[in-house]
Amino acid sequence: MKLRRLRAIAIKEILQIWRDPRSLMIALLLPFTQMFLLGYGVNLDLKHLPVCTFDREGSQLSQALLKHFQASQYFAIVRNVASYPQLVSAIDHATCGLAIVIPPDFSERLNETGTAPVQAILDGTDDNTANIAFGYAAAVVESYSADVQLNWLDRQGRQLQQIQPMSVQSRVWFNEDLESRNFIIPGLVAVIMALIGAQLTSLTISREWERGTMELLVSTPVRPIELMFGKLAPYLVLGWVDAAFCVGIATLWFGVPFQGTLLTLFLTTTLFLTVVLSLGYLLSVLIRSQVGASQIALLVTMMPTTLLSGYIFPIDQMPKFIRALTYLLYSRYFVTIIKAIFLKGSGISELMTPILFLIVYAVAVMCLAARALRKSLG
Amino acid sequence: MSGDRQAEPQIVAENLVKRFGSFVAVDGVSFQVGRGEVLGFLGPNGAGKSTIIRILCGLLRPSSGRALVAGIDVARDPEGVRQCIGYMSQKFSLYRDLSVEENLRFFGGIYRVPNSELPERMRFAISMAGLGGREKALVSTLAGGWQQRLALGCAVLHRPPILFLDEPTSGVEPTSRRRFWDLIHSLAADGVSVLVSTHYMDEAEYCHRAMLINQGRLIAVGSPQELKHSALGGKVLLLECESLGPTLAALAHAPGVLDCSVFGNALHVLVSDAERSLSELPAYLEQQHLRPDRLERIDASLEDVFVQLIAVDSAKQSAAA
Repeated sequence: MKLRRLRAIAIKEILQIWRDPRSLMIALLLPFTQMFLLGYGVNLDLKHLPVCTFDREGSQLSQALLKHFQASQYFAIVRNVASYPQLVSAIDHATCGLAIVIPPDFSERLNETGTAPVQAILDGTDDNTANIAFGYAAAVVESYSADVQLNWLDRQGRQLQQIQPMSVQSRVWFNEDLESRNFIIPGLVAVIMALIGAQLTSLTISREWERGTMELLVSTPVRPIELMFGKLAPYLVLGWVDAAFCVGIATLWFGVPFQGTLLTLFLTTTLFLTVVLSLGYLLSVLIRSQVGASQIALLVTMMPTTLLSGYIFPIDQMPKFIRALTYLLYSRYFVTIIKAIFLKGSGISELMTPILFLIVYAVAVMCLAARALRKSLG
Repeated sequence: MSGDRQAEPQIVAENLVKRFGSFVAVDGVSFQVGRGEVLGFLGPNGAGKSTIIRILCGLLRPSSGRALVAGIDVARDPEGVRQCIGYMSQKFSLYRDLSVEENLRFFGGIYRVPNSELPERMRFAISMAGLGGREKALVSTLAGGWQQRLALGCAVLHRPPILFLDEPTSGVEPTSRRRFWDLIHSLAADGVSVLVSTHYMDEAEYCHRAMLINQGRLIAVGSPQELKHSALGGKVLLLECESLGPTLAALAHAPGVLDCSVFGNALHVLVSDAERSLSELPAYLEQQHLRPDRLERIDASLEDVFVQLIAVDSAKQSAAA
């Protein structure tokens, strides 16, 4: 490998990027649009879910329960109805996602037996929201029920400790408020890097074929490996700039905490960029048309990275076969790495396993790409 | 001089064959090019000229046969060959979005021209291409002739002893074509061996030797003089008349006429004996109620030679098939 030739290729590539301001703008603006679009769009937190109530008793106790719902930041009571059909219609029209029905004998049963059922009707068309809403609703009822118990104990003149020998005091580490944004956005940085990285280089070789410059290049003594490194180098720099934008937006705009060191982030990002850039380059070598290469690049990066990298859908919950497939996906390793760096502040040594996988991936893809570019026309 | 050149051939092709599936693009072609020689490849489009050049540059692998360039077997060491050659492909293949200077510097880097020599070589290439003052211009803004001369400049930047030029003058205006051939000859005078293809038959006159290729086979080779004198197998008469079509038809069956073809608003008639035909043809045409305005003997042009040879060869091919 001759540095002189590599440098000539890199300089030529930089000039071409510079002379094509439209593509350059896309490469630099994409992180902004994607980060804002997906950063705001993808949010698993439930806040102010519209609630419809049907209080069939209308007692002090039943109203107190509903006040607990009103007080919760997760729910907003938008409607009180007086009959079942009205309640059904509210759910049907999706004006509320949760309906609470309090039975007519609520106070009576509570006072006599100490327990009373409360009905919650959930709109299951969005099962994720329904699940979370159910959890929060149960928590609201629980806290109310604890209040009732306390009152009852008070009246009996006994202390709480006497009847509650054990309790779990849970504390969540690394993302203490369980803000979904805090774990989604670092993963999003990985998704965007995967998308842009492969797009950038998917055009490099196919462009030479389409413009007829490849024929001349093939007739020169330039070696495939020089061509590859010369072409990847400028895009790595562009990738760094994009990565810096993404991380900047994540921390400064979305306020995602960054616990790790910049050096760890820089090294691992460089490794990941190497993987995605050489993957795009490989596609460019194999598919001699720019449109084709960029379409395939989109297909092999965006889709699997969104669905299978664990950036939003947890890998542990996938069926065994799909879970096995995710091991083939380079972005799953970087999603793991970048989440750990952002939220846990992990260093290189803790991340050694995914880093090794990425190194293997990078070397394999580059070897394939260097071999795939045979200097021949036929 | 021709003998000297053959003594140390820079390019040797031995029985080259290239098949694409069942199509035979190159069919057993052998030739040699000496040092400082300009060898022209002539033939209609699709004759296999580009394919032969691509094989010699190591861009295509021959199906059989052997190619030596600068004494190196192309199939064995294509990279070794590439350092010794300059190549201009049929399709313009410099970077249009780069300037004149940037293109030259790029190829200087690719061929690892020593940094100490690069400015001087670039100056030479720029002045050779007549691009002085336009160093910073983007290649896309240059006219065709200039682009081609720059491409030649890039191809010779590393001073290769051998140049392959694939239709370098196609689509270039006549004055620029002339100028381009002057450049080729000045390079050849410095000892560069040049293999150049063209489909302009008149350009064969500029070559030391011309090779005529048709349907992948070599059908004639020689200096322009040799070809004009011996390859035709007859003499050429010029015939001017009113009704070209009927005259052409009539001449096909005239005694002593080997072939007849239209050149502009006249006919070129190939005859076995010029004197006899000059005296007999007017009477023959008179019988058919045709009156030639002018009939005279002319020197055959290379175009006559090639048109005739290709027609004969193509007829032979279709008869065989």
